[in-house]
Amino acid sequence: MSTQSSRLLPDAVAGLAGRPADKGEVHLVHLYPREMSIYGDLGNTRCLAARLRWHGYTPVVHDHHPGAPWPERADLLLGGGGQDSGQVRVQDDLAVHADRLRELAADGVPMLMICGMYQLFGEAFITVEGQRLPGLGILDVTTRGNATRMIGPVVLDTEFGPVVGYENHSGSTVLGESQQSFGRVRHGSGNNGSDGTEGARTHNVIGSYLHGPVLPANPALADGLLEVAARRATGGWAPEEIDDAIAHQAHDRQVRRLLG
Amino acid sequence: MRPRTTAALAAGKVARFASRLRGGGSALPGLVTERIDPAVLRHTLGSLPRGVVVVSGTNGKTTTTKMLVALLRAHGLRVFTNPTGSNFTRGVISSMLGEIGLRGRLDAEVAVVELDEAHALHFAAQVRPTHALLLNVARDQLDRFAEIDHTAQLLTRLGEQTTEAVVLNADDSFISRIQDRLRPGVQVRWFGVDPTIADRLPELQEADVRFEDAQARPDLDGEDALLLPADDGRSFTVRIPGGQDVGPVTLRQRGLAAMINATAATTMARQLLGEDFSVAVAVRALEAVNPPFGRGEVIDVDASPLELVLVKNPAGFTVALGTYGNEPVATMVAINDNYADGRDVSWLYDVSFESLRERGVALTSGVRGWDMALRLRYDGVEVGEVETDLDVALDRFLAAHAGQPTRIFCTYTAMMHLRRRLADRFGLARFGEDPAA
Ligand SMILES: [Zn+2]
Repeated sequence: MSTQSSRLLPDAVAGLAGRPADKGEVHLVHLYPREMSIYGDLGNTRCLAARLRWHGYTPVVHDHHPGAPWPERADLLLGGGGQDSGQVRVQDDLAVHADRLRELAADGVPMLMICGMYQLFGEAFITVEGQRLPGLGILDVTTRGNATRMIGPVVLDTEFGPVVGYENHSGSTVLGESQQSFGRVRHGSGNNGSDGTEGARTHNVIGSYLHGPVLPANPALADGLLEVAARRATGGWAPEEIDDAIAHQAHDRQVRRLLG
Repeated sequence: MRPRTTAALAAGKVARFASRLRGGGSALPGLVTERIDPAVLRHTLGSLPRGVVVVSGTNGKTTTTKMLVALLRAHGLRVFTNPTGSNFTRGVISSMLGEIGLRGRLDAEVAVVELDEAHALHFAAQVRPTHALLLNVARDQLDRFAEIDHTAQLLTRLGEQTTEAVVLNADDSFISRIQDRLRPGVQVRWFGVDPTIADRLPELQEADVRFEDAQARPDLDGEDALLLPADDGRSFTVRIPGGQDVGPVTLRQRGLAAMINATAATTMARQLLGEDFSVAVAVRALEAVNPPFGRGEVIDVDASPLELVLVKNPAGFTVALGTYGNEPVATMVAINDNYADGRDVSWLYDVSFESLRERGVALTSGVRGWDMALRLRYDGVEVGEVETDLDVALDRFLAAHAGQPTRIFCTYTAMMHLRRRLADRFGLARFGEDPAA
């Protein structure tokens, strides 16, 4: 079942906007919130919904579960990390919607796919035993199962400025020849611990290993995604001034702490 | 006793003496002993006449272990146990060194040890547990348990190693499934909540972790135990459908989670004691157990109660908020991200803080105090101020709420730090010196 707005913004959160939501609806689709959001990645959806409201838009959140009909509208897609058992549970549904997802991606719909979903958006995942499991092929990346996990706090340089987060993955990912990365690693391991890249970006699809969840402490990235979504949904982007003092403190402290 | 064990114990005792002189109660003496004789545990604990009981699971180990030990001691058994927090094999060995002669004889009839999921297997490889009490599986934010499936696996393997009886949580499908994996002849006893309060289970379990196809609750029989809280919210009865109910009991520690822990401990105590189990003795023993340090411990701050509540994963924080949420008081939240806290703070987004909205949070602190404030902002919870320095934050928080009840939710190293400071100011027992233990 696809449940619409299952996580409506509480009045107290919406109230922080101090203004009406009169700039139009923006529909967020969270892919597999039960199976694929084990490291707080639901926080990304929560963050985007709140910020849309603070910017004067009406957020509509669709939770998409395996086997459910596709939501009637999708202006921005989100996905998170999961356990192996979670990935198994979503693979069939992902295959059902593969063509649609590839079309949306090519059409410029913004998407943020973290960790497990990042891997599933790639070309393939190659298990430790050498088995090749094809992915959606939206991002030209290939991930290999790995004995050692890459775990720890991360700082990246990206086109949205420095981005902080936390990685926790055993897959080692390599970018295809002309695949753009999401960022350059300044602290942490990134895609594979050796080439200095983190994540991948094609059109407005961003894949990344960063949990944290990544958006609350990186408001420039959050608003970058929302701008594309709002333009597509409403024909324009008219952001409000949001008080991000706390987010900036959380962000800057991590940058200072990790880069010294 | 083998010469090697004797040598290992002697070296460990020296290391223990040395580390005490330095004022530390570390796991180092255990390490020294284990290096010299890796089989030291088997040679000491393996011969206890009433067996070795392992308590494991993600949440509630410390409280449950303390309750089980209290129940057994109240019935006259001599019990060896490892103190709070030393739930690795080295910690067990370290605590043994103080109670053992060089010949390896421990003055105990039974051992009750609290073990971390990952270390429980290492322990079981040394000493086969005769009994295992398995509480729950929740995602812990500690990096070493990267996956909940993995944690469930570890506990399953612990169940497989157990030789006589297991006590399992009927309401946690990760745990109840273990019944299919036991050796032939191993007895299963269940604990769970009474069907009339099944709707309160979500308070004990983090949302979104359990899948819909989780298997149905196992069939319980007359000797199994069901928690039935009273309407007053403070007392409860452990219902034994085929035996004598235990209760009403009023614990010193509050909340549904502590009641479930008491139900679990009671089930295991009945299993171990058999005919000797006395309801009256059990009720008295449970009511006398002090909350372990930092687990809802109440500290007297100039005649006002300060509750120190350890939070270490989404399920635990959710339970803590459920327990305390209906009595809002001035609140501080302290989040560190050292190794023992879990370095990833993502899990804070898997907890709903809405119950704090009405009263707000006076202060957030710890290394990740700003991240905590940011998390609260996305739940619409007002934060008075952020002060990352724990000492400054504590002084300011207590000064601003002098004469009022207060509460601090804190991660492990933040709790240790704050408790040390509170111990100095208000003359509390230090860690490892629990007067009631
Ligand atoms: Zn991950």
